[in-house]
Amino acid sequence: MALQDVCGFMDYLDEIPPCHHLPNETGSLFKTTSEFETDCPFHFLSPPQQNSGKHGVPSLLSPTFPCLSTHQRPFQLSHGTTTLGFTFQGGVIAAADTRASCKGLICCPISQKIMPIHSHLVVTTSGSGADCMLWERILTREMRLYQLRHRRRLTVNGAAKLLSMMLHPFKGTEVCVAVTLCGWDGEDAKITFQTGMKMGAKVEKTMKQDSHDPIKNNALSSPNSEMMSSTNKQYDQNTLSAIGEHCGPRVCYVCSDGLQLRGEIISVGSGSPYAYAVLDDGWRWEMTVDEAMGLAREAVFRATHWDAYSGNNVDLFHITALGLRRRDREDLKEEYYREKERAKKMIKEREKERQKKEKAELAEEAKDIKSVHGEY
Amino acid sequence: MMISAQNYGDKMKEYHYTGPVEHKFSPYAFNGGTVLAVAGDDFAIVASDTRLSEGYAIHSRDSPKCYKLTDTTVLGCSGFHGDCLTLTKIIEARLKMYKHSNNKSMTSGAIAAMLSTILYGRRFFPYYVYNIIGGLDEEGRGAVYSFDPVGSYQRDSYKAGGSASAMLQPLLDNQIGFKNMEKVEQVPLSLEKAEQLIKDVFISAAERDVYTGDALKLCIVTKEGIREEIMPLRKD
Repeated sequence: MALQDVCGFMDYLDEIPPCHHLPNETGSLFKTTSEFETDCPFHFLSPPQQNSGKHGVPSLLSPTFPCLSTHQRPFQLSHGTTTLGFTFQGGVIAAADTRASCKGLICCPISQKIMPIHSHLVVTTSGSGADCMLWERILTREMRLYQLRHRRRLTVNGAAKLLSMMLHPFKGTEVCVAVTLCGWDGEDAKITFQTGMKMGAKVEKTMKQDSHDPIKNNALSSPNSEMMSSTNKQYDQNTLSAIGEHCGPRVCYVCSDGLQLRGEIISVGSGSPYAYAVLDDGWRWEMTVDEAMGLAREAVFRATHWDAYSGNNVDLFHITALGLRRRDREDLKEEYYREKERAKKMIKEREKERQKKEKAELAEEAKDIKSVHGEY
Repeated sequence: MMISAQNYGDKMKEYHYTGPVEHKFSPYAFNGGTVLAVAGDDFAIVASDTRLSEGYAIHSRDSPKCYKLTDTTVLGCSGFHGDCLTLTKIIEARLKMYKHSNNKSMTSGAIAAMLSTILYGRRFFPYYVYNIIGGLDEEGRGAVYSFDPVGSYQRDSYKAGGSASAMLQPLLDNQIGFKNMEKVEQVPLSLEKAEQLIKDVFISAAERDVYTGDALKLCIVTKEGIREEIMPLRKD
């Protein structure tokens, strides 16, 4: 095509090395209907390549690579956020703001940045919105396939490695994905609980899909009827023993540059320095669930206050061995007004105290003067 | 330190490059236009202006940006007209293929998901198009899906896109979403009120945005089908 030639754009479909999950090795642009639909629709999984004679060394950084150098996009994609995740004795908390901005304009004030992948894993997104949306879909699919093939859930660290390997071919391109995987690792059959299970909608869905899975069926075969009401209490001895080398809460950060980090507290985005400040101050492993939720909310709230690209509402997720639980989205506008009211009250009180003090001092002075006069 | 007039002139020369400048060829152009979609309980309206411009010139006064996809879905695209045309061609081909393979038309949600993957397929040389899909979902309720140029999308109840979107979106937030108002009764939007609101909103947009004007085309999607209406706007 003429435009393609002028731009020097090489259609990647001609250059894909033979690979099992890519379509149509002849690389033809024209496909029959049946081919189109049965082939993997994600043929863009292989990025544009040049000089890839064999399974090649993709020379994305070569000066002849046209896409990156010739034309600038005239529009911006969505960026800017505050997300955080941390572990503590009661599980994992994931929190994020809900503002999606695009170079000064807020494209969406109510976007959802925390997506559940399965009943025990949640991923917080940051970076380009379209990239995150799509890579999460791909990750969900791959994890589901793993679960069906190996009859156990992939661990958080495993998911992080998988995502990192999938993103590796795109290193150096414009794909910008920075996610935090927050979840609970555990072998379902080994963990037994004294109280019954509280099933969120997401957990139920997974259970239905796994009805053929024998390991899961055994764990579910004797549920207690009473609802679990102890999500706010500390974990008892049974659950504490399950937290060990291969079980327990985990957070992991994965970035499209290839970075993978594991830790106890992770915060991502333009508002993360502010969130880290609040988290470092308040985090302890022994926190209760309420304290942890409060801390996460406070961290996001302070970050939205100082960072222009974060704001609107805050979403909170709490993941335990029993699954994930979502708190209602909270509008931070109310919190700002409450904060202002509190500040006003404090100023009034201080004013009153100051006046009291002054009165007392005046009274004392008057007494002193009297006594002095008295002497003379 | 005081800068004399002579020094100031010399200094300015550092900032104004007066020699030959090379401009690279850009495959993108901005053709203007505004698109808006609103979803109600049992209807959806997609509206666009009909002006096609480039820089200071108007190429056409009769180039509407709403494209009817199925009996229950309308797509509005603004941005680069060349990419709009190609994108609609590809979507129509995929719709036909789906209909021939599955013996039914695609639903609005399915079209939205498909459009997202089509747009992401060109992640490294994107379609410069701002898409908004308006239609009825499987249950007959109005649905609006808004996209960014590389395929990120979500379902809304109203959205404005294109050159005047930054002006119109806050107005829609206030009038349809009842945002930023205290103690207001939240009445659900009726079809007549929505039509009138859209007409008023486009008249305001034409007053303040140079790329919007000439005429307004409304596509109203209800369970009876798609009705089109054209209303003139400022031509200057």
